[in-house]
Amino acid sequence: MKTVGKIFNILIFIFLYAPIFVVVFFSFNEGSSRALFEGFSLQWYREMFEDELILSSLYYPLVIAVLSAIISTVIGTMAALGINALKGWKKSVFLSVNNIPVVNPDIVTAISMMILFVFVLSKFHGMEMGFGTLLIAHITFNSPYVVLSVLPKLRGMDANIYYAALDLGCPPLKSFLKVVIPQIMPGIVSGLIMAFTLSLDDFVISYFNSGATFQTLPITIYSMTKKPYNLKLNALSTMLFAVVLVLMLIVNLRPAAEKKKVRRTAK
Amino acid sequence: MTKSVEVGSKKVNLIPFSGWMVVFVLIPIALVVYYAFTGVDGFTLSNLTWIWTYRSTLWLSVWLSLLATAICLLLAYPVAYMISRASEKVQRNASLFIMLPMWMNFLVRTYAWMTILENNGLINNGLRLIFGEDFAGLNLINNHGAIILGMVYNYLPYMILPIYTALTKIDNSLIEAARDLGSGGVQIFRRIVLPLSVPGIISGITMVFIPSISTFIISKILGGGKDFLIGDLIEDYFLGNSGVVNYNIGAALSLVIMVMILIATCFMNKFDKDAKTNGGGVI
Repeated sequence: MKTVGKIFNILIFIFLYAPIFVVVFFSFNEGSSRALFEGFSLQWYREMFEDELILSSLYYPLVIAVLSAIISTVIGTMAALGINALKGWKKSVFLSVNNIPVVNPDIVTAISMMILFVFVLSKFHGMEMGFGTLLIAHITFNSPYVVLSVLPKLRGMDANIYYAALDLGCPPLKSFLKVVIPQIMPGIVSGLIMAFTLSLDDFVISYFNSGATFQTLPITIYSMTKKPYNLKLNALSTMLFAVVLVLMLIVNLRPAAEKKKVRRTAK
Repeated sequence: MTKSVEVGSKKVNLIPFSGWMVVFVLIPIALVVYYAFTGVDGFTLSNLTWIWTYRSTLWLSVWLSLLATAICLLLAYPVAYMISRASEKVQRNASLFIMLPMWMNFLVRTYAWMTILENNGLINNGLRLIFGEDFAGLNLINNHGAIILGMVYNYLPYMILPIYTALTKIDNSLIEAARDLGSGGVQIFRRIVLPLSVPGIISGITMVFIPSISTFIISKILGGGKDFLIGDLIEDYFLGNSGVVNYNIGAALSLVIMVMILIATCFMNKFDKDAKTNGGGVI
């Protein structure tokens, strides 16, 4: 029974990683086929760095991801503070509205905003969808996730500490910054990270709301998949995947290292 | 009950969020409903009746995403269960490894499946090495099976993780108590583990079914573009890739998806509550 389980698990992991292996392996292909390996070469990596379309579409999504993550973290954290103080039906109304972009399929969120943008922009001559609409769209679908990650932390904290600070003569703003913020910081940070990665990885929302001229990376990838396949895509994906892998390793190894340090100082 | 923190005025805190959500979530959805019921001459039901001509597409979308959700559940449960029974270190690494594939762009990963499955792809070329060059090749792509595979592949982690979380929350002493009272493995699973993991199963089902039923990329890449799903129709009507732009029909189709998901969510919530009350009663 145990070996059967192990084999099943291994098969599932192979299933999850097979495409990734294929992408990485063929990014080093000397030939241009994506299914026939002709020899090792780094030519696709070289070509990728010479491709201006790829480089420019690497830059803008990063700007959008950073901006939308910061703005939606501010909006979302404030909203979480407000919602947490509400009670009864008012609270459930806010929570339900907050859940709409989370539960709705991406494509519905995307086209509903697209209708609004097209409708409004048609009133102003010469304005087109682009950076602005994309940023708005990303803030819209990011904010609810920030609310959802900050709210549990607020619920879990003891409000008396905050009131104790006030009683001891600490001004409200200072007690907020010194008492409340540190306690809900993990929620804010995970909301920020979630918003950033959701924004960076998004295809559907950007696809409908970026207009004809403005491209983000997933859109570039999508348009490249429509043309005869180019292994530059594999090189690009492999490189991005490696960056994420290294970041994840650093994040995951750091707590272990810190623990060791603590243990050593304790001795 | 503890008091909740009230910093500043709750009204001030809620202003940016409320304004934003009204303008960019509620008004757009109202616009979708408005467009779905209007045409050139004002109010009309013709958009919705026009959708009836797409009923086979709608059924196909529902059917394929239901199948994909069921397969995900069958594959995910054993994996989640085994991970939840492993040591803490294994658990941490395993959930990391399940998340990791999602960090590569999903278009690229889906495209890689094309490389694996197509007629000159890795599987068929591998079979040609075994059976000789004349082997015609298996028909693995551009069919319903390939679309389901794409859905299962892309959304399997969304099924594994919530089930795993629900399973780790189960109090081990419950299982020990059942064992002390003479329950066997099957009975413990059926009466304790399975009912208590229902919340995880339900959020897994929603997280797989919703993106599956609205996908338009997977069907394009792996379905060969011949089997259009609802998502493909919506994309076409809004971006006019097949020559016709019609926001009204597109909005009507989106409305259909929203209603279907609303019904499914209500159904799921009811099921979840039943499970909670019954589960609570059993304990």
